[in-house]
Amino acid sequence: MPITISTKTVDREFTKKIEEISGEPLTKCMQCGTCSGLCPVEATSDVSPRKLIHMVTLGQREMVMNAKFAWLCVTCYLCELRCPRGLDIPKIIEATRQVKLRSNENFIEPFEIETVMELPQIAMVSAFRKHTA
Amino acid sequence: MKTGYYPGCTLKTKAGNLERSAIHSMAALGIEMIELERWNCCGAVYSLADDDLIHLLAPVRDLIRAQDQGFDRVVVLCSMCYNVLARANLLMREDEVKRDAINNFLEEENDYNGEVEVVHLLNVLKDDIGWKKLSDSVKRPLTGLRLAPYYGCTLTRPEEISIDRGISPKIFEEFIEALGATAVSWEESETCCGSYQIISNPEAAKETVSRIIGSAVNREADALILSCPLCEYSLGNRQSDLIESESDLHEIPTFYFTQLLALALGIEPEESKFDLNTDSAREWLSEKGLLASVEA
Ligand code: SF4
Ligand code: SF4
Repeated sequence: MPITISTKTVDREFTKKIEEISGEPLTKCMQCGTCSGLCPVEATSDVSPRKLIHMVTLGQREMVMNAKFAWLCVTCYLCELRCPRGLDIPKIIEATRQVKLRSNENFIEPFEIETVMELPQIAMVSAFRKHTA
Repeated sequence: MKTGYYPGCTLKTKAGNLERSAIHSMAALGIEMIELERWNCCGAVYSLADDDLIHLLAPVRDLIRAQDQGFDRVVVLCSMCYNVLARANLLMREDEVKRDAINNFLEEENDYNGEVEVVHLLNVLKDDIGWKKLSDSVKRPLTGLRLAPYYGCTLTRPEEISIDRGISPKIFEEFIEALGATAVSWEESETCCGSYQIISNPEAAKETVSRIIGSAVNREADALILSCPLCEYSLGNRQSDLIESESDLHEIPTFYFTQLLALALGIEPEESKFDLNTDSAREWLSEKGLLASVEA
C-alpha cells in the first residue's frame, strides 16, 4: 500500500495525540519489523504493527483509522517482548483504538452478542473494555 | 500457613472448577487460602492508555483490601486477573505521580504504595512448597500422561510481571514433571488463544484455536493444561465447534492445572468440579481411570 505524503495528508496533531495517549516515543521505532514477524494476527490483517507505527509517525490519520489491524490485535505482548527499541507496541495500538472509542463510537455492540449466557465474565469485560466506548 | 487469595469474577461461576480444585489442593499441602473480603472485579485487562487512571482504581482497591486485611501477599489463580493486579501493583510501586493521583482519588481508603506482593499460584507451588515436596506429596503419580502446558499471554508478558523467565519459561513444565507426568514441548505454549476476539472477531479466534489444537495433536499431547478461564472457554468449551470444520484434528481434553494437581494429590474428584469441563474431558479422565478414588 503506497503512502502518499503531502501537506494535505499529514496530520501532526494525530501523531502527537497517539504519543500522548500511549506515552510511547514513536520516533524510537527503527522499522525493523521484529514486531510484525512475531505478531499472530498480522498474516490475516491489512497492515502489520510496524506499518501501523509508520503510518502514525507520518501523521496518516485516515489510513490508521480505516485499518482493521488495531481491532484484530489481541494485546498478546509478543511484539513488545522482543522489540529491540523497547517500545510498548500494544500501548501504541491501544491509543489508535482509543481515538475512535473516545469519539463515542463502538466497535462491537454489546446488545448484539448472542452467546452471553455461556461466556466467562472475563471474556465480556475484556471485549467491552477493548471494543466499546 | 495462611495466605490472602483473590478469586475474580469468573472463578465464582464458569471457572468454579479452577477455584475449588486449587483451594482443596493447597489445603492438602498445608496452605489455607483466605478469600479477600469485599473484593471487586479487577477489570480483566490492564489499562494501556497513559492518561487512563480511572480503570486502575478497581485493581488498586483490591490490593488495598489485601493490605487492610493484614496480608503481605495475595495469591491469584486466573491468568488475566494475575496480569492486571500484578501490573497495577508495579505501577503503584514505580510511578510516583500516578500513585499520588490514585491515592488522592481514593481518599476514603488507606494510602497504598505497592506493599502487597501479587503472586500466581504456580509461584507458590514452586517457591513455598517446592517441586521436591510437591512430588513427595503426590499420591497418584500421573505417570505416562503427556501434558502440554499452555501459558497463553498474560502469565509471562510483559516480562516485568512474568511468573518465570519472559522468554521460554519453564515453571509450567516443572510443575507437570513434579506430578509425575511428561511435559510436552510444543510450538504454541506461549501464544495467544485469541482472547476477547472470541466475542468481537470469532472467525479470527477460531483460526487461532485450530492452530493451537493442531500443534498439540501433532506433538501427541494427551491433554492441554492451562490457568486462564478465557483460554479454557476458547480452547476447551468451543473446541468442538472448530473440529467439525477441521476433519484431520481430533479433540483434545483441556484442564486447569489445579485440577490435575488435585487428582495427583489424591483429592476426591468431586472436589475438582469436572462437571464444568467438557464431556470429552470427563470421558478421557474416566478412560484413564482418574475418576476413581485413591486408596488410602
Ligand atoms: S520491533 Fe520495535 S523498532 Fe522494530 S518495527 Fe516494531 S516497534 Fe519498531
Ligand atoms: S500485541 Fe497485538 S500487535 Fe503485538 S503481537 Fe500481539 S496481536 Fe500483534
